[in-house]
Amino acid sequence: MTDVTSAPPTSSHAGKTGAQILNDILIEQGVTHLFGYPGGAVLPFFDVLYSSEINFILSRHEQGAIHMADGYARSTGEVGCVLATSGPGATNIVTGLATAMMDSIPMVAITGQVKSHLIGNDAFQEADVTGITRPVCKHNYLCKDVNDLGRMVREAFYIASSGRPGPVLIDIPSDVTTAIPDGEPNLEFNLPGYKPRGGQGNDRQVKLACEAINAAERPVLYVGGGVILSGASEELQAVAHKGKLPVTTTLMALGAFDETDDLSLRMLGMHGTAFANFAVQEADVLVSVGARFDDRVTGDLSRFAPKAKIIHIDIDPASISKTVKVDIPLVGDAKAILTQMIEHIESPDRAPWLKQIADWKTEYPMAYATEGNIRPQEVIAMLGEKTDHDAIIATGVGQHQMWAAQFYGWKRPRQMLTSGGLGTMGYGVPAAIGAQFANPDKLVVDIDGDGSFSMTMVEVITAVGYKMPTKFIVLDNDYLGMVRQWQEMFYGHRYSGVTHPCPDFSSIAKAFGAESIQVTEREDLSAAMDKMIASEGTFVLHVCVEKEENVYPMVAAGKALHEIIMPELI
Amino acid sequence: MKHVITAVVQNEPGVLAHVAGMFAARGYNIDSLVVGRTEHPDMSRMTIVVKGDTEILEQVRKQLQKVINVVRVRDYSELENVQRDLMLVRIHVSPEKRHEVLALVDMFRGHTVDVSRNSIMVELVGPEDRLEAFTELVRPYGIQELARTGIIAMKRGNQSAGKE
Repeated sequence: MTDVTSAPPTSSHAGKTGAQILNDILIEQGVTHLFGYPGGAVLPFFDVLYSSEINFILSRHEQGAIHMADGYARSTGEVGCVLATSGPGATNIVTGLATAMMDSIPMVAITGQVKSHLIGNDAFQEADVTGITRPVCKHNYLCKDVNDLGRMVREAFYIASSGRPGPVLIDIPSDVTTAIPDGEPNLEFNLPGYKPRGGQGNDRQVKLACEAINAAERPVLYVGGGVILSGASEELQAVAHKGKLPVTTTLMALGAFDETDDLSLRMLGMHGTAFANFAVQEADVLVSVGARFDDRVTGDLSRFAPKAKIIHIDIDPASISKTVKVDIPLVGDAKAILTQMIEHIESPDRAPWLKQIADWKTEYPMAYATEGNIRPQEVIAMLGEKTDHDAIIATGVGQHQMWAAQFYGWKRPRQMLTSGGLGTMGYGVPAAIGAQFANPDKLVVDIDGDGSFSMTMVEVITAVGYKMPTKFIVLDNDYLGMVRQWQEMFYGHRYSGVTHPCPDFSSIAKAFGAESIQVTEREDLSAAMDKMIASEGTFVLHVCVEKEENVYPMVAAGKALHEIIMPELI
Repeated sequence: MKHVITAVVQNEPGVLAHVAGMFAARGYNIDSLVVGRTEHPDMSRMTIVVKGDTEILEQVRKQLQKVINVVRVRDYSELENVQRDLMLVRIHVSPEKRHEVLALVDMFRGHTVDVSRNSIMVELVGPEDRLEAFTELVRPYGIQELARTGIIAMKRGNQSAGKE
């Protein structure tokens, strides 16, 4: 996380314009990449960017720009930064702000606004951006005075990256970017009410929690995105190994715990493994670390982990006892608290519990059919093997997202970029590109569906334009598959609004300037994937897969986690 | 159950919208919300009356505390405190019945602030139940218009001489 202090910088801002001050503070805050799209209200700042050391990356749509900033942030832990103009430029980033907010991703968004004296007059390209974005931001600002601009930008970075991270927006009227402050502007924070809860947990509570864990017969660690945000994977591994504690991760925490570890239960919840869900339902102590008991994780809340005493570690006090009544709350940073726990955790004999889990793993393995048309799961499993489970993976939202979660095989944090909370289709393409900018030498692959890919595939042009070696796999079933699955299972096969005939994506990709192969036969898949991985350019692998494949296991909405539907393999 | 919460907030544009929006988005019911100045020129004080059980109240308090411009949140449920609400009410009253209503006003330590031929306007300050009792007593005469500020509250001092 960016180290931000309230000490003012040494360089002077006196005599500079708002746009120059903005540029200076972005550099001071460590911004190297700024994703965005220009427009009238931000022209003064673009003029400064012309000679700035900041790399500006032009997307093809503002939504693309903000998801790029998001992918940049998720893959590095740094604050992602996005720039858009007033009115439609700003409203086009709203989905991206909500995406980042729901998943607690640190981000600073800068939007242009019409001139101060025009605000409220329905001027050209005017929108009440702070009003529109308030519910989807951790905080936002309308800067009406250039004397406040530097302070607000510095506060924005601090707020975005501290405590429970989130997006912060600063709306800047164009006359503020051309104005010059009176003398040296005051850059000191003015945040008397903001006291982020980082650091250690209460010692007594930590001991209480560890005593409960040590005394447990069937403990489970239920780990969320907070562990990744906090960089606590090593500490998690140490606690789990010392205490012989099985670990299940949410979608947001994939990679926080190596899935090849014997203690890994992999993902839990609606499309989680049977063994993770059974373990949670049978647990006598459930330790939640940086997770928030989302409805896609808990199933029927009243029957979630019915036998367990619940310990909840979270940096956000408002997450604790929000949906589930918690027995031992622990407020603080996951890394610090797990570190505190290590010395108190004992290593009792857990053979019966671990045996039970091993039995479940044998009896209810993750599986899929392998005959007939290419199965989407096998494409993902093949990618996992061919990339040594080490690529950075972005996804859209839907069936392919769940299959990626289930079958890629996760082993390190910040490897999985996916819109978990908001479930934003179209996230994958731009997020992968943003991650590629931050990790130019890493293999970054967007695993996408034909629905999600269609929403933002225009950004493949951006990847080509910046010579990004990003890979895109489109699992094409000509359906909006997740909705189709629900209509098949719960609406009597009445497919309504889900038939999604697709073009030849590989021809489109080639027209965009990317390399591309379309695969329809199983025997061609491996070679095509090898070509994709070996390629040094932007590459779209268009795979036509089984059309009516379903995601299993599945816990239907409103069911308890143990009421799980397993696949019937033909 | 009704709870009184106060939030001291920075005087920044948008704070009221943020707090009101947060209540709406999370489905909390606001009974009344009062914003006014405090002893500190940069701070305002919101007094919010919320309906809900103690779990909801706990969430409201935490979510309020999360708003960046909210400096301090206080829940009055378990604190010795003084609560006041101010009401203006115009009561339809014929000249011959006026003395009856004036007697009620007197009993409730209210003030008559405007008199016309067929109505009087009364100002009444007090805790909510007193205002409501008065309202019920004058309702048979005919209430033409009624406005209340909503509750403001303050914790009693440790050495408080006692309740009223």
